[in-house]
Amino acid sequence: MNDAAPALEVESLVKHFTSGRRIGSGGGTVHAVDDVSFSLRQGEMLGLVGESGSGKTTLANCVVRLHEPTSGSIRLHGRDITHLSRRDLRPLRRDLHMVFQDPYSSLNPRMTAGEIVGEPLRLHRLAGRKVRTGRVAEIFERVGLGPEHRFRYPHELSGGQRQRVGLARSLILNPSVLVADEPVSALDVSVQASILNLLRDLQRDMGFSCLFITHDLATVEFLCDRIAVMYLGKLVEVASRDEIFRDPEHPYTQALLSAALVPDPAEQRQRRRVVLEGDPPSPLDPPSGCRFRTRCPLHDLSAPDSDEIEPPLREVSPDHLVACHLSAPGSKTPRIADPPVTTPVTG
Amino acid sequence: MSIVVQEIEAPRVAGRRRLRLLTKRFLRRPMAVGGLLVALAFVIVAIFAPLLAPYSPGHTDFDAVLAHSSSKHLLGTDDLGRDVLSRLIWGTRASMQVGVFATLLAMVVAVPIGMIAGYYRGWVDQVIARLTDVLLAFPFLILAVGLAAILGPSLLNATLALGIGSIPGFIRIARGETLTLREEDYVPAAVLNGANDATIIFRHILPNMTNTLIVQATLTIPGAILGEAILSFLGVGVQPPTSSWGTMLQEAEPYLTQAQRLSVYPGVAIILAVLAFNVFGDGLRDVLDPRTTR
Repeated sequence: MNDAAPALEVESLVKHFTSGRRIGSGGGTVHAVDDVSFSLRQGEMLGLVGESGSGKTTLANCVVRLHEPTSGSIRLHGRDITHLSRRDLRPLRRDLHMVFQDPYSSLNPRMTAGEIVGEPLRLHRLAGRKVRTGRVAEIFERVGLGPEHRFRYPHELSGGQRQRVGLARSLILNPSVLVADEPVSALDVSVQASILNLLRDLQRDMGFSCLFITHDLATVEFLCDRIAVMYLGKLVEVASRDEIFRDPEHPYTQALLSAALVPDPAEQRQRRRVVLEGDPPSPLDPPSGCRFRTRCPLHDLSAPDSDEIEPPLREVSPDHLVACHLSAPGSKTPRIADPPVTTPVTG
Repeated sequence: MSIVVQEIEAPRVAGRRRLRLLTKRFLRRPMAVGGLLVALAFVIVAIFAPLLAPYSPGHTDFDAVLAHSSSKHLLGTDDLGRDVLSRLIWGTRASMQVGVFATLLAMVVAVPIGMIAGYYRGWVDQVIARLTDVLLAFPFLILAVGLAAILGPSLLNATLALGIGSIPGFIRIARGETLTLREEDYVPAAVLNGANDATIIFRHILPNMTNTLIVQATLTIPGAILGEAILSFLGVGVQPPTSSWGTMLQEAEPYLTQAQRLSVYPGVAIILAVLAFNVFGDGLRDVLDPRTTR
């Protein structure tokens, strides 16, 4: 599987926003995404994890070309789509869709669920009215909605049903790449599980590759094959799920994982945990050198390198990439916290 | 069979259900219902003026000049012996015409401009928004009177002047709504569906601002009605002998001490019409506001 051409390749992607007025001191550049590279393999579910403001959503919006990247490149099945015009991009849109975070805002309140889901078919002129109705009915069944829901307006549906409609819209054209931007974080916990299960089943059946963005570690553990951890616009660690959960290298990943709960309270109490101090620095003025150094519990060990040199994301063991001065092939970062013991994932 | 029927019927049912809910909410507001009824009455009178008016508006009866109410002339006659009721009914037609068409004109011109400004933003928006601000800096009536004076006095020109005067308000509303609506996630979702700008603007943004536009229209109509009366009173609107509420007021002015009723009747008509549309528009706004629960 690793040998196949990646479905999506992102290379040194940068997205800066200029903010505020040019006059006075209020202006500046927000380094939302800074030099991010990763690839999404065929049929893979890649989890992108990071706290609020780390640039996950900006990255997702750049990948689907809702934002213009400042620099870098995005390749969809080997084809560079970074600089395609909106018109040239349109035929390729069939292959790439996105599920939005807020199911209340992502559905046009003036259209019925059936119209919303059939819209991509209509716009790409892929099917006449009758065929469209059939395809819509088919995908409705697939995402677990009844045929009667096609005539409902979004405000007549529950949050979970709305997100199913959003999922149906994204998948009706059978795209090969799906970007899911926190698709369950606006839903009740009880509904979250059913949507996640659905997403996993659909991915297994339809075989699309999925970039799954979340801040919830339990979700990625359940769903994803590989995990990329983002901090302040940069990737700090990329590895398979098992590797990340068993053997996190980057101090930030370790801290993040130590915040995840273990089901057994006794075990939870005995875990060695690390709590990061302060807030993430402003992306308007990211720290020099390693971006994590201001909050890094291992800063004493990594100084002075980390104050000046930005650690590159490099492979420290097969398929395990880390951006830390303390981590190199053959030398591990000191363990500062116990990762949550991975419970074997069923299914 | 029954399934087929259900599938065809269902979308209409969904639309009807919403309408029924809105009607129910509307009926709970007696003021708004009253406003609607009075406004409707004026519209009907305007449409059927030739059938309803007992005399033609120009018909003079020199045996009864400045006459009081009688069975022959229900509201009396004016200084030329013309039947006041007939003139009032024909005047309704002029007022409604100006009110409705001026508002339609303003909408047709302003909504696309406002939407383009709000959707594309950038320098287009800067130019349009600044020009709108300049126009809005003039009081509505001053602008309309000035335009009517330039265009020359007639019913059509009064409509044009009042319509143009209402444009900046509509631009501002359409632009503001577009700015808000384009931030909804269904707009980027449409981009990902492969929609072009026209599809996004007309299929996704415009239908979601119809409520606001309808309310703005029902509040612009009374403004135009009042504007017509003022323009005609000042002599830059409808010209005598054509009848309109404004010209009636103007003609009644010299007889203010002898026959106040000549001023009172058109005045009451203006007040009633403006009030009715305003109250109806306010009620409609409350009903269509999604935050309304009652």
